[in-house]
Amino acid sequence: MEEKLVKLGKKILSEIEAGKNPSIDIPIRSLSNIVFDEKTKLLKLGDKYAKRYFFNVAQAKSFMQTLLVASFCRDIVKENIHTSIRDMYYNLKRTLPNSDENTFDEQAESDPIIVDLETSLGVLREQLHLIADRKGVVAGNVVIEDRGDEIDWSKLGSGGWSIPSAVEDIKFKKVKADFVIVIEKNAGFERLHEDKFWKKYNCILIGTGGQPARGTRRLIKRLAIEHNLPVYVMTDSDSYGWYIYSVIKSGSMALAHASDDLGTPSVKFIGLTISDIEKYGLQKSTIKATEQDLKRAKELLEYPWLDHKEWKREIKLMLQKKIKAEIEALSARGLKFLSEVYLPEKLEKKEFLP
Amino acid sequence: MVEEIVKKAEEMAKEQRAVSVSEFFERNRHLLGYDNPTKALLTVVKEIVDNSLDACEEARILPKIYIEIKQKTPDVFRIVGKDNGPGIVDKQIPYTMAKLLYGSKFFKLYQSRGQQGLGIKGCVLYAQLTTGKPTTVISSTGDGKTSYYELMIDVKRNEPNIISHRIEEDGRIWHGLKIELEIEGRYIESKTSVNEYIRQTAIANPYAEIIFDGPNGKIEYPRSANVLPALPKEIKPHPHGIELGMFRRMLESTRSRNLIGFLTNDFSRVGRNSAEEVCKLAGIDANKDPTKLSTEESEVLFKALKKVKLMRPPTDCLSPLGEDLLLKGLQKEIKAEFFAAVTRPTSVYRGNPFVVECAIAYGGELPQDSTIELMRFSNKVPLLYQAGDCAITKAVATTDWKRYGLQQSGKSLPTGPAVILVHFASVWVPYVSESKQALAAYPAIMKEIKLGLQELGRRLQKHVSGKKRAEMQKRRRQIFERYIPEVAQSLQELTDVKADIIKRKLFEMIEKKQITIEEAMENVEERSGRKIGEAREEDSE
Repeated sequence: MEEKLVKLGKKILSEIEAGKNPSIDIPIRSLSNIVFDEKTKLLKLGDKYAKRYFFNVAQAKSFMQTLLVASFCRDIVKENIHTSIRDMYYNLKRTLPNSDENTFDEQAESDPIIVDLETSLGVLREQLHLIADRKGVVAGNVVIEDRGDEIDWSKLGSGGWSIPSAVEDIKFKKVKADFVIVIEKNAGFERLHEDKFWKKYNCILIGTGGQPARGTRRLIKRLAIEHNLPVYVMTDSDSYGWYIYSVIKSGSMALAHASDDLGTPSVKFIGLTISDIEKYGLQKSTIKATEQDLKRAKELLEYPWLDHKEWKREIKLMLQKKIKAEIEALSARGLKFLSEVYLPEKLEKKEFLP
Repeated sequence: MVEEIVKKAEEMAKEQRAVSVSEFFERNRHLLGYDNPTKALLTVVKEIVDNSLDACEEARILPKIYIEIKQKTPDVFRIVGKDNGPGIVDKQIPYTMAKLLYGSKFFKLYQSRGQQGLGIKGCVLYAQLTTGKPTTVISSTGDGKTSYYELMIDVKRNEPNIISHRIEEDGRIWHGLKIELEIEGRYIESKTSVNEYIRQTAIANPYAEIIFDGPNGKIEYPRSANVLPALPKEIKPHPHGIELGMFRRMLESTRSRNLIGFLTNDFSRVGRNSAEEVCKLAGIDANKDPTKLSTEESEVLFKALKKVKLMRPPTDCLSPLGEDLLLKGLQKEIKAEFFAAVTRPTSVYRGNPFVVECAIAYGGELPQDSTIELMRFSNKVPLLYQAGDCAITKAVATTDWKRYGLQQSGKSLPTGPAVILVHFASVWVPYVSESKQALAAYPAIMKEIKLGLQELGRRLQKHVSGKKRAEMQKRRRQIFERYIPEVAQSLQELTDVKADIIKRKLFEMIEKKQITIEEAMENVEERSGRKIGEAREEDSE
């Protein structure tokens, strides 16, 4: 990893020595440069990239920022220490001499620079020893080893195990489960955890808390590949929830360069669908879809990785009825409806969307 | 207008009543430049300086003028004027200096600084009326003799009253004129007083050295050019440019015995054929004695003269300053960064040839946020009063300066770090009133001034936009310079090559301008590219 950073530095240096405008090649992460690989069923980055020049008024600052981040990363990789992206931001933030300009003004400025560097080098930030806040929890009949500590996911009380940003070095000691349930909402996780759903149905329960963090996505992939477990994803019945599913399954546009590590094409969608609303009598708990929701839904229709007739039907149904529903809508049928009726029925009937 | 006053004064003088000359002066002092003590002081200085400049130019001498104003009592000032002109022959001194209306410039037109009513004689009279003291005149024509006079005007007879006179043959070879007089006045330094008049005169006459030793100290205006402008040629009036009053006076005083002779000899561009045509049109015998025409006849003839088609007046009779002298004048007195000057080709209004010259000084130490300073000149004399009534002010205010890089609200003088100078040169300057401080806005004059200003504007605009480009370049450079140490330090950490070496290389690249802005603008899609991705991705990390 250190080598890749050094290589970037040497490339820039050789340009300076040749009297050329120094630049960094950064693959373009817009839709125009994202391709859906039919063979692996994953989003992949195309070969379009943009050059970020130093001698360009519009790019000089981000060029400098990219180098600041790169040199910081070489440092921590060399020292073998890990740090959070927030820590890095504070570490690099300072006022430039003889000016009132800061290297970075807010973390929102340094975060995208990290992604730039990741894509440019074709690596994950975790490999650069940058870690994000923990997000996502897991529970189930699994024992793992993390930095020498043995952790039993079935004995962590009400909280479950917080999934760290980097899960690469985790060793699975024992995995006793038939499948994995991934649920978007923390409330949904709490419900299923309290109801001991994972115990009853011998599964692993993962709560993502919204758009899943890379650690969570990587963990899902490892469970699916290394332990051959089927994964079922539950999200809200709206375009944002469905996009979360799509990210887990095919990878995301922002991290398309890492889809091989983060996307799990075998995952299936268990709910919530628009059809479920009628089927389970949830009509009274629906929410009117906003213009934004409908616009997003139309975009989903265009994604080749959601090009299945089942999905097209659901999305069109939403556009037609102009409604959406959250997982919590199921509570209208009783708090335990999710764990005692909805999921068991779906699993039994194998009622999944691809 | 002035000829009417003079005519009246002549009539009064003929009656030889002592009161009449004083009375005449009192009645017309506002027209003669003596309305109040402040203006009177200015007028006296003006008459002395204008006279000196005219005399020097005529004698082709680079002028050196010394003006001293010292306060004697709260109301009385002693004024000394000295020049290096040709001087005046001893015998002529009393008449030139102390006989009203002696040596009139009428009927022969040429571009001169012109007289404010009575000229230097007015000063002698004003001194005599306010302080009762004679004017001292010292002069030599370079023959080793120096004349000393103390003069007053015998107002009863309109004759010089020589208080004392002596000629000294001290062998000192010099030429020039020195005048000393004491008047009632008031000295104030403002935009419309003596100090400003001298400053602007120095600008419009950069070939003159002027030393002003005023009540508040001495100011020297050195010469910045060693070339005099070409001497203006005398021309006879063009029929399309004269007024009825002047026409009648010409009829009365002509030496021609018949109308044909009068018309062909006393006017320019009137040939025999044209003269006959005029007489025919007027229905008056071409052989009639011009001095015998009735009032009605003279009017009919005047109208006929205006109707006949004639060649335009000759235009080589003018002596503009020229772009070079204009620039030298401005550069000498104004600390600016950009100067431009335009001399327009000769044009004609109502039969009178004229030339408009415009110049501008911009930037440098000039104040950024105040109204521009406008300097108006006619025949190289600064116009200080009645700015609002003047064609020059109107032309500047109605030119759109915003497109040339100055600020301007509506039709008013623009705002910005600029001095604009407009010089109007003509054998006959059309003033709006007798105080001769504002040009009349004839369309032909307005058009010429505006064309000159627009040309200046275009040059200014080029300069301003070039300056903006340079500033932008500088700002860009500063951005790179600010980031270079960071980039170099980061590269050192990445490659273990010393930051100082990298820094030097990068600075060299800026110095050599290897990196052009064009190259740097190559790629802009990148940022927007990421935004699309971000919008679609709510990656919570």
